[in-house]
Amino acid sequence: MKNIILILMVIFLGFAAQAQEKKNKNAKYFTEVNGNCEQCQKRIQKAAYSVAGVKSAIWNIETHQLSLILNEEKAFPLDVKKAIAKVGHDTDEVKATNKDYEALHTCCLYERK
Amino acid sequence: MQKIITLFVLIFLSIPVFSQETLEEVKVVKKRKGIQKSYTVTGNTTLITSKELLKAACCNLAESFETNPSIDVNFSDALTGTKQIKMLGLTSPYLMITEENIPSVRGASQAYGLSFTPGTWVESIQITKGAGSVINGYESISGQINTELLKPLNDIPFFLNAYGSTDSRFELNTHFNTKISDKWSSSLFLHGNARVAKLDMNDDGFLDNPLAKQINILNRYQYYNAEKGLVSFINFRYMNDKKQTGELNFNPERDRGKTNYWGSEINTERLDVSTKIGYVFKDMPYQSIGFQNAFNSHDQQSYFGLNQYNIKQSSYYSNLIFNSIISNTMNKFATGLNFTYDKYQEFVNVNDYSRIDNSVGAFFEYTYDNEDDFSIILGGRIDNHNRLGTFLTPRLHVRYNPWEKGVLRFSAGRGKRSANIFAENQPLFASSRTFDVLDTNGKIYGLNPEIAWNYGLSFAQKFSLFGKSADVGFDFYRTDFQNQVVVDVMQSPQQVLFYNLNGKSVANSLQLEFNYEIFNHLNLRSAYKFYDVKTDYLSGNYQKPLQAKHRFFGNLEYETFVGENGKQWKFDYTFNLIGQQQLPNTAANPINDRLPEFSPSYSLMNAQITRTFSPTFEMYIGGENIGNYTQEKAIIGSENPFGSTFDASIVYAPVFGQMYYAGLRFKIK
Repeated sequence: MKNIILILMVIFLGFAAQAQEKKNKNAKYFTEVNGNCEQCQKRIQKAAYSVAGVKSAIWNIETHQLSLILNEEKAFPLDVKKAIAKVGHDTDEVKATNKDYEALHTCCLYERK
Repeated sequence: MQKIITLFVLIFLSIPVFSQETLEEVKVVKKRKGIQKSYTVTGNTTLITSKELLKAACCNLAESFETNPSIDVNFSDALTGTKQIKMLGLTSPYLMITEENIPSVRGASQAYGLSFTPGTWVESIQITKGAGSVINGYESISGQINTELLKPLNDIPFFLNAYGSTDSRFELNTHFNTKISDKWSSSLFLHGNARVAKLDMNDDGFLDNPLAKQINILNRYQYYNAEKGLVSFINFRYMNDKKQTGELNFNPERDRGKTNYWGSEINTERLDVSTKIGYVFKDMPYQSIGFQNAFNSHDQQSYFGLNQYNIKQSSYYSNLIFNSIISNTMNKFATGLNFTYDKYQEFVNVNDYSRIDNSVGAFFEYTYDNEDDFSIILGGRIDNHNRLGTFLTPRLHVRYNPWEKGVLRFSAGRGKRSANIFAENQPLFASSRTFDVLDTNGKIYGLNPEIAWNYGLSFAQKFSLFGKSADVGFDFYRTDFQNQVVVDVMQSPQQVLFYNLNGKSVANSLQLEFNYEIFNHLNLRSAYKFYDVKTDYLSGNYQKPLQAKHRFFGNLEYETFVGENGKQWKFDYTFNLIGQQQLPNTAANPINDRLPEFSPSYSLMNAQITRTFSPTFEMYIGGENIGNYTQEKAIIGSENPFGSTFDASIVYAPVFGQMYYAGLRFKIK
């Protein structure tokens, strides 16, 4: 019983300590990612999460905006864009290879810019 | 789906711009369903929205489940006038019933608690079958019911509901809502109900429903600050409920404590204060902390013939919860602490069972969701309780979508609780039975805690049939008691025995469900339910008394298109077939006071018509038990209520016959 209280205390305190460091561990970042549908959404988010340091990734089907929360100590937006391009979706900085794009499901073949 | 709707809206909106023709306004309305089932939530949870609640026009939480197959509603017995609910073949003490996630119906309020929340206060109800989440506690065994009340922030300024029925019950609900400032809102709910006339349709000399009077007041405040991520609720509530039942000639002042006429009075006074505060961390929408506190006092003073029963429960409940993620939002966790204190002052005739219970516990729940087709919730808690000891409660929920629109779920978990044998079995006081507790070594009335494991498997699939949407569902749950406090009415009609389970006690439940939109606006809901609830009693293994093995449920709803000014008709029809039920053993009674071993099977029908005149005014009429089925002999030994065979607790069918009601709802938006 006591141990659990102790663990909880450590979690709470540890959390407070983290917040005092310089690099933003919860940096918000928005970027456009090209895609179409729910399947794209799952693929894009999955790719974003595959990058260590990405805490939250939500891609909006209508606006094509990807909202990220990431730990700047571990990841840069460019890493995320690379990972997303790798699964076939174009971003502003990194484009998918033709091979990766053509491997997408037919409903996901978005119009490339 | 959303995309398509947006697309349509855009297309329609852009047409007038380009063509400048006089096109009528087009609204894309996505019809909201009364019962919502998710295919992406991990638990087997059904959401009942306020729309569905309107179908059972009357009157309180206990009556809100009539159109839902997951929960079986029994009819009110002559004594309490309260409908009891069952889930997976187990009565409400085995459910965790919470109000805005604070345990509400527990301990002393077990028998009548659901009737203390008026239906109009309810915003939505979530029903989870099987093992629940560890966050709210360790007590739930067969399921969880959480009620969300109307939120001051979103409520309308004024609401009025009036209701009257042929069984002489009247209800009045008024809601007031104001925005105090841009951050504070407040609601005041006033409820009153009364049953004013003595009715005896079956001519047994006893009231079919108790005379009743209830006032119920809730005042709540909500604070919401989006910039700071702060939300808070403060609730104050007072309830006073009085019931009187028994023989028609019973006069409480004259006959109480005497044997002229048999009668009963149940008076309950309740006070609740609860607060809630939640904070979402800045820049971290996935991280939050919540703190809930609830205090309540529940005071019941009652007598049933010559049996006296008084119980006062003063409780304090506190819950601190921290939500966050591990590396990313696919891995979430919730952890925290609970504290519960209950002071019972309980008197059964001359015996004093007063006691203090308290417990402190910590929980941790981990959720993995791949945001696609798989999720798992693994929870555990450790509690220290002065009577139950120190113990672990593990719970597991898994969800998998093997293909589109199909969902497979599994759950398992352990629950532990102390049985409040008198509070939970109050109807038995209305009999000549003696209450005998056979064990003496345990810490709760001499009995041991109840411990059970619950396992469940379910599958649901949506599909399209003749171009209309349909879904089928199947689920199977098993509850295995390691220990149970057996309530034995199989031994003798003059006794009820309580003892620790010696042998096996299992509850298996199987449900098959089929729902179909027959044509536009006509929906069918149907379910077949099979219950095998068996316990080893001293005298042998029996099906649980008053539990039907087979039940069939059907519901048809039809709505006309919404016309000009919101004019609309709504029709609703519910059919229930209730199979044979094992009855308590009455073989030792003289032949006139015996019941058969099993009750006959029978069916019940309810129907309702609602006419909406405008968005602010509607009226409804309806009928319950339209087929007019009643139990042949509602009270055994009613000719001699102080004799040895008297028993008003065996109720397997409605006592009151058909009942019709009418009501109205008025809103200011």
